[in-house]
Amino acid sequence: MNAPVSMGPRPRHLLDFQDWTPERLKAILDNADTMLQVLDRPVKKVPALQGLTVCNAFFENSTRTRTSFELAARRMSADVLTFAAGSSSVSKGESLRDTMEVVTSYKVDAYIVRHHASGAAHLVARYSGKPVINAGDGRRAHPTQALLDAYTIRQEYGSLEGKKVAIIGDVRHSRVARSNAELLPKLGAQVVLCGPATLLPADLAGLNGVTLTTDPREAVRGAHAVMALRLQRERMQGGFLGSLQEYAHTYQVNEALMQHAESGAIVLHPGPMNRDLEISTDAADGPRSRILKQVENGQAIRMSVLYHLLVGRE
Amino acid sequence: MTITITNIKRLGSDALTSVTVENGVIKGWNLPEQGQVIDGQGGTVAPALIEPHAHLREPGQTEKEDLASGLAAAAAGGYGTVVSMPNTSPVVDDPATVRALIEKAAGLGFARLKPAAALTRGQKGDELAELTYLKEAGAAMFTDDGRTNENARTLRLGLETAASLGMVISVHAEDASLRADGVMNEGAVSEALGLPGNPAAAEAARVARDIEIVAGLAAQGRPARLHIQHLSTARALDLVRAAKAQGLPVTCEVCPHHLTLTDEALRSFDAIYKVAPPLRTQADADHLLEGLRDGSVDCLATDHAPHTRAEKERDLLDAPSGIAYIELAFPLMYTRFADTLGLERIVDLMTAAPARVLGWPAPTLDAGAPADLVVLDLTTPREVNPAEFRSKAKFTPWAGQTLRGWPTLTVVNGQVAYQRT
Repeated sequence: MNAPVSMGPRPRHLLDFQDWTPERLKAILDNADTMLQVLDRPVKKVPALQGLTVCNAFFENSTRTRTSFELAARRMSADVLTFAAGSSSVSKGESLRDTMEVVTSYKVDAYIVRHHASGAAHLVARYSGKPVINAGDGRRAHPTQALLDAYTIRQEYGSLEGKKVAIIGDVRHSRVARSNAELLPKLGAQVVLCGPATLLPADLAGLNGVTLTTDPREAVRGAHAVMALRLQRERMQGGFLGSLQEYAHTYQVNEALMQHAESGAIVLHPGPMNRDLEISTDAADGPRSRILKQVENGQAIRMSVLYHLLVGRE
Repeated sequence: MTITITNIKRLGSDALTSVTVENGVIKGWNLPEQGQVIDGQGGTVAPALIEPHAHLREPGQTEKEDLASGLAAAAAGGYGTVVSMPNTSPVVDDPATVRALIEKAAGLGFARLKPAAALTRGQKGDELAELTYLKEAGAAMFTDDGRTNENARTLRLGLETAASLGMVISVHAEDASLRADGVMNEGAVSEALGLPGNPAAAEAARVARDIEIVAGLAAQGRPARLHIQHLSTARALDLVRAAKAQGLPVTCEVCPHHLTLTDEALRSFDAIYKVAPPLRTQADADHLLEGLRDGSVDCLATDHAPHTRAEKERDLLDAPSGIAYIELAFPLMYTRFADTLGLERIVDLMTAAPARVLGWPAPTLDAGAPADLVVLDLTTPREVNPAEFRSKAKFTPWAGQTLRGWPTLTVVNGQVAYQRT
């Protein structure tokens, strides 16, 4: 399963998609098909990462992503060291660099990093010298989430080429939106970012293949996939919105809004959901919803990423 | 004590000469050698540099820097005088602390210290400090630098009081509510990196407010001098230009790091580039350089702000703001901008210009003037090696780069404060 040379040099880390060619990204999606088959077997385990130790370094709380990564690593037969910042020296003021150097001395082979600060995964990559998978850093990037979103859309349509994806909600604070805006155009899709003006930074319009709008109907018109972003209520103290009700009135992804999309358009959500706020229950649970599919695909994508970064490397 | 420095060029001349200093003043040029003789090795002599804005962290934060390390670093950078900022722990807001700092610094034999005192008690922004007593104790100016003077009325009262004392107030001009949680320039780079941005408008809006306060006082016949620190945006500079055109007593400084680095540097996620105000765009840097050329920027300041390495190895949200490079400010300016600004303008911006802002006599090289001198080697390229820094902050964005214009000898008050070995 080693990647052919034409894909370009294999990146050492998955921090964002900057160093990743479309061919390599497609290879990750292709491998995820195989991983899904593994997950359908009675014994859901392959020996690919036997003998390797993966550190789940979570400096920010996350149950879903941590579980997904942990299972992915275990299903590949890796040993998993879980490192939660709340119970570590980080809370005693130890610097990120010191923390990583200590963990590295445990002879860890790769890191999965979640951190509240944008760029922290890059620092871990610099300090640890081992492959790092960014499991979400600040507002910056959440590449495996974007890959699983892309995979879920591809599963539906066979390809991302020429597809329109509308991402609606708190774009300003969303690493999911940023990663999707980076990834999907590389795979041939068009991305529309949509939200209230206060949550939609104008500078994101500079990204290739990405447009911005504050009008949700315009955003979903002709869309093949519509993703609702979690409204980060903890960030709403700063006066970004008049009220949550006002937000829901205009920007909620619901069946009425979906009527403006392509007839077979699917609904996505990175979770966890604020039901009946950014997404209505009818949209979340209805026939268009692929939200649980995203979770299932997430595990396969993460297995594929681990395989790509760790197998066959010196 | 008498020193003769031989084999040197006086700034503005190519002829080799010598200078003799005695009892803290320049005795004369091209005199017979007297006292200790130092070979200037063909260097160019200028007045020792004046730093109007440095953080020396004493008292209270001496793990970052202290008077000895900071003033030794300044002397190595060619500075004869340093104005230190009062945001220490405790804040420098009482006359006894000002006196104690001056006395301690005088005994060290490096650069001379002129502490700035807080404008308000504890730099809390609400109640004025005892400005009269602080001036009498030797404070160079008043500032709440590190804080942003949110209370406009207090700033106005401070300007009125300082004006009556013949003193300048300097301000960190940044609207804290607009800055919000911004850790870098707001723009395409901050959005790409997903880091909270600090908009250029935060600086411009505050500069506009403060200029209006000065304009109001001037209209009442009470001119009060306001100095705007570390200007970083084109827009704010245009506001200062307009104020100057109206004859208002407003001055401003620019830092070399805002001229030589942009927000693109943050793509490294290295907190060494986290400064306040933040690194802006190339267009801002170009505009500031133009301001130095046309005279609308009054002087240069480094805002030398040392931190420990461990603090700077944090992520960009948690790391403190500040960059420390007082030892290489002149070589940096000379290497990058000698072609644009010329040697004499750069020297002026780092000597007479800050003196003018602070209301001090302009330094000269004439016989009878105070013997604060620097010898600059304008020709030999040398690599920036942080391990050699006198400052406790032994890291810099320019590490490994080759610069010219290094100071080889700094004389303060007629004594050798630094000599390159």
